[in-house]
Amino acid sequence: MNNATENKPVIVLRDVEKSFGQVKVLHGVSFEVQRGQVTVLIGRSGSGKSTALRCIDRLETVNAGYIEVCGHVVTDPALELRKLRLDVGIVFQSYNLFPHLTIGQNIMLAPRSVKNLPKTETVELARACLEQVGLGDKFDAYPEQLSGGQQQRAAIARSLAMQPKVMLFDEVTSALDPELTGEVLKVIERLAAGGMTMVIVTHEMNFARRIADQLVFMHQGKIWEKGPGAILDAPQTPELQRFAAQEL
Amino acid sequence: MSFDFSPIFDRWPMLLSGALMTMLLATAATALGFVIGTLCAVGRNSSYRAASAICAVYVETIRNTPFLVQIFLIFFGLSTLGFTLGAVTVAILALTINVGAYTGEIMRAGFNSVHSGQWEAAECLGLSRLQTYWHVVLFPAVERVYPSLTSQFILLMLASSITSQISVPELTGNANFIQGVSFRPLETYLVIGVIYFALSVVMRQAFNGIGMLIFPRRRRLGTAL
Repeated sequence: MNNATENKPVIVLRDVEKSFGQVKVLHGVSFEVQRGQVTVLIGRSGSGKSTALRCIDRLETVNAGYIEVCGHVVTDPALELRKLRLDVGIVFQSYNLFPHLTIGQNIMLAPRSVKNLPKTETVELARACLEQVGLGDKFDAYPEQLSGGQQQRAAIARSLAMQPKVMLFDEVTSALDPELTGEVLKVIERLAAGGMTMVIVTHEMNFARRIADQLVFMHQGKIWEKGPGAILDAPQTPELQRFAAQEL
Repeated sequence: MSFDFSPIFDRWPMLLSGALMTMLLATAATALGFVIGTLCAVGRNSSYRAASAICAVYVETIRNTPFLVQIFLIFFGLSTLGFTLGAVTVAILALTINVGAYTGEIMRAGFNSVHSGQWEAAECLGLSRLQTYWHVVLFPAVERVYPSLTSQFILLMLASSITSQISVPELTGNANFIQGVSFRPLETYLVIGVIYFALSVVMRQAFNGIGMLIFPRRRRLGTAL
């Protein structure tokens, strides 16, 4: 690998525009994420941060602009979605574990049926991923038998089992009480320490400040400020000033 | 008014073979109809216009015409086209086509009741649409609509009595014969009414048992469906 590709950002959003019907939710959003970097999108509900995240994985199609992820041009209509999804893992607010499968089966499903890995290998993989999120003993449990925090950690393990190059987190602790939030955030922090490239949408401001290599503040579909966690302490725009005053 | 059941009970082997034939028709058409209905629901939800149009035409045609007319059309239609199939085969075919349409709508409701987050999660893991149906959506969908499916299949068993019209020797067909030779129509149909009722109860219990067996969540909660 030469220097040019090494320094190339893993994720690029350029002038992304997105409307739902008449409502415009993204007004020219641009940012980049370098390899191994943790980018945290912050802002009020409805500011467009979740939509921006979903556009990265083509769960939403954009109206204008350019998105590239791990060399895949996401905004190209001819993109092979499967290839993009092999490189990108995403974790949702509502966990979305498959309720009729055990945690182990949840994790093994995609490696087996998408990557065609042999069963013994996927069992080992699933166990390793569960260890990684501290759920080594839950292989045979059903999702409903776990707490919310455990379910969310299992969902993270399920994404990790596909060995993605990028992980996206869409408000993964918003459905959890503070105690359970902590255990999920710890897992994410461990991933960050391990060098995973991540984009995180969250309302947990202390966590955002702690983990972010790059903070992106969104308001009414626009990016107002981006930079290291310290931008929260010295906001340049009145929008971020007001937001920081309320949230911190 | 005096009842005399003896000419009917004397012909119990006919009643038994009729009941067995009814169960054979119901079981075969339930199994085949479930497959057809599930494929039809997938087809109707498909983004391929042709597939969804074909499935829609099939479902609406069947659901808006009487079963008796359908079975005559299939019976006489096939023989006009030169296919000579036995009455039992035609009956299973007609029942399957009929229940497949109704099952298709039930399964479609089941598929649509699965939360969009499940689809998204599967999609983001790289599963294809058919893989998602098979591994992720089918089981919870069936679990959710299982009571409706059960009712539909019991209705199917009862509706199989209409196949007596193409002289299938099932319960009603045999009853028609018995009342013809015994001149005891009221008693005859009273008896097979009771037999149909018993078959319905047996089927319902069987479906409950199967439900407990294949849906581990129900088993854990201890509720039949």
